[in-house]
Amino acid sequence: MSGYWSGIITLLSINVVFAYGIYLAVATGQLNLGGAGFQALGAYAAAWLCAEQGWPIWATLGASAVVAGGIGFAFAFPILRLKGVYLVLGTFAFAEVVAGVIINSDALGGAMGLPVPEYIDWHVPAIAAVGVALFCFYLMSTRLGLAVRAVHDDDVVCDLLGVDVRLVRVALFALGAALAGFAGGLYAHAYTYVEVQTFNASLSIYVLLYVLLGGAQTAWGPLAGAAFFTLLPELLRNTLPALKSSLYGLFGADGSMSPPDESWRFVALGVVTVLMMVFRSEGLITRTMVERISHPFRSTKSEAL
Amino acid sequence: MTGPLLSVENLSISFGGLKVIDGVSFDLEEGGRLALIGPNGAGKTTIFNLLSGVYRQDTGHIRLGGEVIDDVPSRKRIGYGMARSFQNIRLMPHLSVVENVMMGQHARPDRPGRLLAPLSIFGRSRARAEAEALLAEMGVEVAPGQDVSTLPYGIRKKIELVRALAARPRLLLLDEPAAGLNETETGELMAFLDRISDSGVTLLVVEHDMGLVRSLCDRAVVLNFGQKIYDGSTADVQKDPLVLEAYLGPRHAEDSAKEAENVA
Repeated sequence: MSGYWSGIITLLSINVVFAYGIYLAVATGQLNLGGAGFQALGAYAAAWLCAEQGWPIWATLGASAVVAGGIGFAFAFPILRLKGVYLVLGTFAFAEVVAGVIINSDALGGAMGLPVPEYIDWHVPAIAAVGVALFCFYLMSTRLGLAVRAVHDDDVVCDLLGVDVRLVRVALFALGAALAGFAGGLYAHAYTYVEVQTFNASLSIYVLLYVLLGGAQTAWGPLAGAAFFTLLPELLRNTLPALKSSLYGLFGADGSMSPPDESWRFVALGVVTVLMMVFRSEGLITRTMVERISHPFRSTKSEAL
Repeated sequence: MTGPLLSVENLSISFGGLKVIDGVSFDLEEGGRLALIGPNGAGKTTIFNLLSGVYRQDTGHIRLGGEVIDDVPSRKRIGYGMARSFQNIRLMPHLSVVENVMMGQHARPDRPGRLLAPLSIFGRSRARAEAEALLAEMGVEVAPGQDVSTLPYGIRKKIELVRALAARPRLLLLDEPAAGLNETETGELMAFLDRISDSGVTLLVVEHDMGLVRSLCDRAVVLNFGQKIYDGSTADVQKDPLVLEAYLGPRHAEDSAKEAENVA
């Protein structure tokens, strides 16, 4: 496999794991805009344990999930008292605090970052992504998964139906934090270097976009969202220069010209985001859509009215 | 079990100095059908919120099946056999019809499907089959996989009731079940509630429609400004001077009472 494709699979796999981490919180109705913080916790845990303590890769990857999940669990109790936009800001602030602590910590290399001596190629993230996806599909097919979706819709009614709303929210937030941390561990070993600038606010925003635009109603959503938004910039990498040449060609310009700036890929991404919000705000994949595909002959419209 | 299924004793609650419920007491026998009526702001919905544990009363006690449930949190009260419907339908909009009903099973001790066991493998499971059977039994004829948000109001109302029934309650609290329904739908709902009651479920109903109250319930408790002003048969409620005064004001109440006498 070429380096290009193995690079894409690695990035895609890490993004899928990361997206599922955020999805588990979003599925209960809690927008987590602190994704980068939890990923940084996992990445630095893996990097430090590998570089300073000489732990083997399987142990550092496990530790990345446990550290981020544990901190996520402790953090969930106060933060989940917040609702709506305040919760979003609270989680966002958490990610900033994590970044602030890391950049001021000598043991973690501060602004210099940490090199990671052990390398993993694309197989490990790919297997991890498949495993995490299967786990999330399983989780959402259980009664707990049903309760999670119900809590998303109406927490007051869920409480009266006997659901421990707080337990569901804290458990899913912490589990999601563990997955985000695991994605960070995979990142650390796949790129063999961690620096705090990687785990910035736009990373948190992007991963939340993967989930919201992919659709938070079913476990298909984050998979579709992460795949779409990881592969779209790669697709645009080739089509944008072609588009520019043909546009310029219309006005009689030809010959060699510089390819469009890298940032144009993100302009396209922004346009797609706005269009999605306008035309399909519930995300690419909805529960009704999955129902229709899995039971193609069973009408979802009621006949007997 | 001896004694009433539900016993409310000297219940009071104030919000910011305003006494919304003031020393209300009533009993409800197992299998009974009691209507809770009163003018707007009388405290009917507040009583429901006290019973289901959304609010905690300042004084008084609530007994369900002989047990004092004052300190039982709202989440655990369904385990004592109490389920409710809401004034405005509150189904989970992103869950399908059958998934909404399956949520009603959640608190049952004999619940089909453990918390971490897959609930549906290719759409089949005991929990789902049971929920679909209950929907069919109660005559809700919609595709179980359908989105609830696209269904007509009357059908969503029924689905909400089926969800409450899926908990196998002994006591069902109904907050204005006929609100927003047309005549046909109200008729269907009445038949629906009759069947629920005939199956042994005790009904406590808040309702404005007096016709519905009389045909569904044999007994009514009337509240006004948080106080109980009447407790008796639904047949006589409109002759009671205090009730007339609460609904019509003192002058009109006198006129109506005279009219009633003249007619008699």
